[in-house]
Amino acid sequence: MDPALSAVRLTVREAIHTLSSSEDGSLILSTLGSLKRYLGETENPALPREQEEFARVHFSAFLRCLVGKLSPDWLELLPNGQLEELWASFFLEGPADQAFLVLMESIEGTAGPSFRLMKMAQLLAGFLSAGRMAAVMEGQCRQHTEPASPLLQETLLTRVVGLPDRLGNHLQQESLAVFLPQNYFPLLGEEVVRVLQAVVDCLRGGLDCSISFVSQVLGKACVHGRQKEILGVLVPRLTALIQGSCLWQRVCWRLVECVPDRAMEAVLTGLVEAVPGPEVLARLLGNLVMKSKKAQFVLTRKLLFLQYRCTTPTLQSLLGYLAMDSQRRPLLVQVLKELLETWGSGSAVRHTPLPQQRYISEAVLICLAHLGEAELRDSRDELLASLMAGVKCRLDSSLPPVRRLGMIVAEVASARIHPEGPPLRFQYEEDELSREMLALATSRPAADSPLEAGSSVTPVTAETPDKETEDGGAPQPRPEGSDSELDSDDEFVPYDMSGDREMKSSKAPVYIRDCIEALTISEDWERWEAALRALEGLVFRSPAATREVSVELAKVLLHLEDKTSVAGFEGLRQRALVSVTVTDPARVAEYLTSQFYAVNYSLRQRMDILDVLTLAAQELSRPGRLGRAPQHGSPGPTSQPGSAAAPAWRAVVEERIRSKTRRFSKGFARQGPATGPNEFNSVAGSFFFPLIQHFDRPLVTFDLLGDDQLVLGRLAHTLGALMYLAVNTTVAVPMGKALLEFVWALRFHGDAYVRRGLLSAVSSVLLSVPAERLLADLPDELLEARSWLADVAEKDPDEDCRMLAVKALLLLERLKDRLLPLSS
Amino acid sequence: MAALPPPPDPQFVLRGTRSAVHALHFCGGAQGQGRPLLLSGSLSGLVHIWSLQTRRALATLDGHGGHCVTWLQTLPQGHQLLSQGRDLKLCLWDLAEGRNAVVDSVRLESIGFCRGSILAGGHQRWTLAVPGRGSDEVQILEMPSKTSVCTLKPEADAKPGMPMCLELWQADCSPRPLLLAGYEDGSVALWDVSERKVCSRVACHTEPITGLDFDSQKARGISGSAEKALAVWSLDEQQALQVCGTHELTNPGIADVKIRPDRKILATAGWDHRVRVFHWRTMKPLALLAFHSATVHCVAFADDGLLAAGSRDQRISIWSLYPRA
Repeated sequence: MDPALSAVRLTVREAIHTLSSSEDGSLILSTLGSLKRYLGETENPALPREQEEFARVHFSAFLRCLVGKLSPDWLELLPNGQLEELWASFFLEGPADQAFLVLMESIEGTAGPSFRLMKMAQLLAGFLSAGRMAAVMEGQCRQHTEPASPLLQETLLTRVVGLPDRLGNHLQQESLAVFLPQNYFPLLGEEVVRVLQAVVDCLRGGLDCSISFVSQVLGKACVHGRQKEILGVLVPRLTALIQGSCLWQRVCWRLVECVPDRAMEAVLTGLVEAVPGPEVLARLLGNLVMKSKKAQFVLTRKLLFLQYRCTTPTLQSLLGYLAMDSQRRPLLVQVLKELLETWGSGSAVRHTPLPQQRYISEAVLICLAHLGEAELRDSRDELLASLMAGVKCRLDSSLPPVRRLGMIVAEVASARIHPEGPPLRFQYEEDELSREMLALATSRPAADSPLEAGSSVTPVTAETPDKETEDGGAPQPRPEGSDSELDSDDEFVPYDMSGDREMKSSKAPVYIRDCIEALTISEDWERWEAALRALEGLVFRSPAATREVSVELAKVLLHLEDKTSVAGFEGLRQRALVSVTVTDPARVAEYLTSQFYAVNYSLRQRMDILDVLTLAAQELSRPGRLGRAPQHGSPGPTSQPGSAAAPAWRAVVEERIRSKTRRFSKGFARQGPATGPNEFNSVAGSFFFPLIQHFDRPLVTFDLLGDDQLVLGRLAHTLGALMYLAVNTTVAVPMGKALLEFVWALRFHGDAYVRRGLLSAVSSVLLSVPAERLLADLPDELLEARSWLADVAEKDPDEDCRMLAVKALLLLERLKDRLLPLSS
Repeated sequence: MAALPPPPDPQFVLRGTRSAVHALHFCGGAQGQGRPLLLSGSLSGLVHIWSLQTRRALATLDGHGGHCVTWLQTLPQGHQLLSQGRDLKLCLWDLAEGRNAVVDSVRLESIGFCRGSILAGGHQRWTLAVPGRGSDEVQILEMPSKTSVCTLKPEADAKPGMPMCLELWQADCSPRPLLLAGYEDGSVALWDVSERKVCSRVACHTEPITGLDFDSQKARGISGSAEKALAVWSLDEQQALQVCGTHELTNPGIADVKIRPDRKILATAGWDHRVRVFHWRTMKPLALLAFHSATVHCVAFADDGLLAAGSRDQRISIWSLYPRA
């Protein structure tokens, strides 16, 4: 054996012996000093071979011995903390990896809050703040020194990244601020930059280095979910450093390449989110996406298709990165194809939640903005095919947001893919969503969107119309100059001009039968419109006359078409139909429900029937409805004196009566809440049952269980509403039973709108049917409904459905709570 | 905010013309009989003379052979009345001392709706403007000699269409007669009659102008047309017309516009059955007179501020708004 090396061993063994037995401060000091020689950096260092031997074989053991001696008494053996300083210097100046491992090991091995534990923790904090972590990592990068065994490297990696967790676990409340993850990981980021700096210096000096350990650290930190902390520091620093140097650029690319596959996703996700734009991402990643299969999978599939959590700027960085290099552009085309394929798949439309659909749509639009005409032309047929399929199934959807998404994407995409064709235009109202989406579609340096042009400039000269004068004191803009007369406007107080309306034809019919005639055979469109406008009032004023012709009137109204674009036609017709239904509920409801399942109606008419039935039921069940019926009944003496509606003479007369009447006491004319029988009670059945009976029998033109799911959804909502309005009626129990059966038959319907209707129907059953009857008559149905609701609440792709299911479950719970005290 | 006063009611209503009222004109009142007379011209060609005191028709003049009377005007001196009818005749009546006879008549060449206009000083002679033979011409006559002074014909490339309303006036500082004419294409033109040329022309409307009135003191005028707006225009020192502003209305169609002689308010006759009253200086809407049940054809102001409106519903409503102090 080499005598020098055995000398080292002898010295160390003696030193350890001295340390463990001696109480003499000066002896200990000199012993430690003699060992310090092996660390170098003293005036008389040991031979390099001896140093190496010490570091390789004896250092860890010696450190452990030092840790073992740590106690207050021992440190007091010499004054002024000399001993402590010397003691700590071994940890801070010796080989960093061993010192780090010993520190971690001894902290974890020391029990409970104690002097030694705190000293060790403080030492570790000092170790970190002295930048020794960089030394730990740097040691693993140097190829020229002996690399640590893979096992040791693994241990080191675990300790480096897991430090906050381990210390947090062990120190509990006593943990120091620097060990908290939000502080530690940024520090780690800084240290990584320093290691990379050292590596770059090494490379400049012609030495080989490997940065795989640093990549592993980065990868593991990201896997632990600390992307924000570590990359938040790393990305800006690296971006700045890369700018000036090729070497740095290569080191950086290498850093990301060397990240192990299992950590690649975490790192890339973090990077994509942390970069401010696609340029930076391209500089950091280089052509990684072409080199690493895993990276390609993460960037082109996972982030786009399997998740939808990226924000829009992130998505823009990602797709912009793909678009920035000619080598990567084929990938972008491929991505667009796949995106559109997904976008166009009917099953995806049905089964993916709305936010994800929106995410895919945004990605499509961004891709389109990046791709050039030539690239699009090459795969036009394929793209158009997917696009059209998608548009079709989106427009078929019964959810307005889905339809609108389809319209926006279709407009933009068709204009880009097929620019020479006639432009596609849909009618949709502009809103936040459409504006955002359209802004995405315009090219990347998207400046202002063209939507601003909407507000046209009104001519300056035009004065405001007459209506403004309703507030008499409104200051009018006075033309200046030319007028020196001193006539004040005060002498000209304007009269009330609220009667200033658009002139209507004076030919409004006065009788219901005239109305019917005008609506059916009149070619005089003014009269036709006047009749339509007058109808609601006429029906309320003459219920008896209406009842004679109610069904005929309902028929006329149901078939009425807006031939002359009357403003508010739909509302007028609907209100008229509702008023007829309310006036003669039994017969009109019978007619309307029978027509709902008749042939030769448009979907619009069928949905109108449903709306009218709901509104009429609502009106009928409204308490105190009868009190309102005489529309122009005298307000009576209780009317406030300030009511402007009363003519001047009435005020005068009332004043006169008041002055001549003696009252003994004065109280408020209090009106109790209006009460009355629920008129819906007697007719609820004729509203409800005909509707629910035939839904599963398809007609030639009308197939509720097939294509006409929009109407089915409306039907479900309507039935739910009727059920809810039938609260406190005798027919509620059979209605609830029928409705639960209806829901049970359709519970797995593919359309989210239908499911929403069913869920709200369940809720209204729970609300309307008395609890005792529910439990007595429908226990099985309730149990089944409950398990279905729980399933929907957990798994349904539609957010509204989940929420409605949770609400229904809550109602069930409440029902249970109400019944339990009774049974106990 | 104080509640606005309720819409006003007419002071009284004159019935009995038995046909639509197309022309109204107040006359007299200066003779010391108290209230002035109101003249009305109807679709059936009759001119009624109403006493505003008894509210009855004093006399009926039949001079237009059953054709609509479109314009009535009295001459400042003497009891002479001009009536224009759609039988292409302009009659001059003598009404002095209860007489009612046609003393003279002028043959008109145009069958348009255009009403005439006169300019009469204190002299015996006065000037009359009526639509001329050509469809876009205006004829100026020296009366009572019926001498044709000139014919005002727009330049060949102007093509303003037919004249629809005329207003002869004279600036205080200059003796030269000026004519404001509203044309079928919605423009208003200012003619210098003695030079026979257009001083200025401005497009105020997109529809034919149906009525205009001019306030020579403020050099501001107003015009109404078939469209939904009133136009206010002004005349600057260079005698150039320019549009000051437009005032949107609720319903389209104005049949007549008149400014009250004291130039405080103005009234419009609307096809929407309503008379609208505005403050002339600010164009602030003041009142909406909703009494008639058919198109209002004409409005007229008396010197004392009384407002009359004649409508197709054969009634004449008399209003007293913002009486003069």
